[in-house]
Amino acid sequence: MTVDTGPEMIASLEEMLAIIEPALGETLIERRIAHGELTILVPASQIVRVLTFLRDDPGLLFKELVDLCGVDWPEREQRFDVVYHLLSLHHNQRIRVKVRTDEFTPVPSVVSVFPTAGWFEREAWDMYGILFADHPDLRRLLSDYGFDGHPLRKDFPLTGYVELRYDDEQKRVVYEPVKLRQDFRSFDFLSPWEGSGLLPGDEKAQG
Amino acid sequence: MVETEIKTFSVNFGPQHPAAHGVLRLVLEMDGEVVERADPHIGLLHRGTEKLIEYRPYLQSIPYFDRLDYVSMMCQEHSFVLAVEKLLGVEVPIRAQYIRVLFCEITRILNHLLNITTMALDIGAMTPLLWGFEQREKLMEFYEEVSGARMHANYFRFGGVARDMPAGMEERILEWCDQFEDFMADIETLLNENRIFKQRTVDIGVVSAEDALAWGFSGPMLRASGVAWDLRKAQPYEVYDRLDFDIPVGRHGDCYDRYLVRMQEMRESLKIIRQCIEQMPEGPVRTPNHKVTPPPRAEMKRSMEALIHHFKLYTEGIHVPAGEVYVATENPKGEFAVYLVSDGTNKPYRCKIRSPAYVHLQALEMMGRGHQLADIVAIIGALDVVFGEIDR
Repeated sequence: MTVDTGPEMIASLEEMLAIIEPALGETLIERRIAHGELTILVPASQIVRVLTFLRDDPGLLFKELVDLCGVDWPEREQRFDVVYHLLSLHHNQRIRVKVRTDEFTPVPSVVSVFPTAGWFEREAWDMYGILFADHPDLRRLLSDYGFDGHPLRKDFPLTGYVELRYDDEQKRVVYEPVKLRQDFRSFDFLSPWEGSGLLPGDEKAQG
Repeated sequence: MVETEIKTFSVNFGPQHPAAHGVLRLVLEMDGEVVERADPHIGLLHRGTEKLIEYRPYLQSIPYFDRLDYVSMMCQEHSFVLAVEKLLGVEVPIRAQYIRVLFCEITRILNHLLNITTMALDIGAMTPLLWGFEQREKLMEFYEEVSGARMHANYFRFGGVARDMPAGMEERILEWCDQFEDFMADIETLLNENRIFKQRTVDIGVVSAEDALAWGFSGPMLRASGVAWDLRKAQPYEVYDRLDFDIPVGRHGDCYDRYLVRMQEMRESLKIIRQCIEQMPEGPVRTPNHKVTPPPRAEMKRSMEALIHHFKLYTEGIHVPAGEVYVATENPKGEFAVYLVSDGTNKPYRCKIRSPAYVHLQALEMMGRGHQLADIVAIIGALDVVFGEIDR
């Protein structure tokens, strides 16, 4: 193993948890140490308070928000995870904070705690449609001007809905529905033993 | 005399501007020559890499990482490969670790050469670019020798590297190192005390250590602001804990310090390269676990099991145990990390790419305010932005 997940690492994570647990109390819904990484789950409404605490507590000092992103779990009722990764330079530690939300409930923006969250939250809005309350400037970031939809959602097709080309007659770029010259090839990589569903011919045996 | 009110006006900088380092569109609100507000519009190079990765077996995703930041290719493969290895729990042979570190440092020099020389070009010095690109060409030959490609190497694999270095390569790298020191001295005589260069960079885009942390800086940008933080030292991966090197730190956090830090980092990289070659043992370069790496060709001709392993690896691919990891490495630009969520199938469920320049570019608004238009060019140059990784 080239990444440090030794017993000392785990022990220091436990130490950190000993600070976090009493301070957050009820707010801490779930905690997990896996692969030498600490993950805590908190309610979305409390995220500003939790991050401020993690940033300012002298035993933690997570002064840097290194990453913020969304993850989509469409089968869940609260389909989105918003994942915050914090780094403490003082204690040389990382922590992952997660909150859950759905398409309509905004998550409080943490721009006031970490100014760097600005673009990360814009990206999460752009890619997943996660709403952030009190964000100073929640515009799309990466997708095209006038783009419709949220491309990283699991129900958004890989090929998208529109394609664009330069039209020589109109002398401008035009948008058209995607036309695939060949079918999009989505292979079923799972072996039949692991159950990709029904094998051809099996319906007779079961029927 | 009649008093007239002068309103601010906006200037569109890029997306096709030679000093925009690619496809940055910057909407500047100007009050005369002074920038009041800078609003970067990014995403013109957005290719949906994260979405594409979700639809590919793990092995097929490595080439995407070359194409993110297309001047520090192998360093990015490194983050992804380490993340998958962490989930798989695979041991990497020691020789492969040395080769990886060796090439990460070659990549670091490759990246800093491009950054320093193009930054010098942006603010009026042409010669460093011409000299620097000659050196880059020599480094890319090393890339080509091990991987077959000058730039998009696709060289790192889960559990090792694609193939061993060819015979005699160590000597060629050492020869290159010796002449590179002269080159560095030449560049320094051109730039370090150059009056124009200093006028354009000293006290431009100053960022304090507190601001740098609040804005999520990493890598040379953070070190130039006086924070001695380097993942290679703080959270060593591969064999970095066995190597002896220093972390150059700046004091003022301006563009000039960023240049100096990068120059010094190249010297440290040279040190690491030499130590790697000296310490590198003989041995295999890929893990013997054939659930992860394909068996050797010759074996496949005789052994049925080897043939099955090969077939399964290249059709179905590796199944990675369910879980989530965040693995960061010290990229030439800063902390490049991969947040990988696996659901136990042969494709990643989610692969978030944390690119350092994306975070740095966001702070342009803060750094550029109150500076003149020409200074914005110097700041962008010192930020070290490459749009492949910012737009992803």
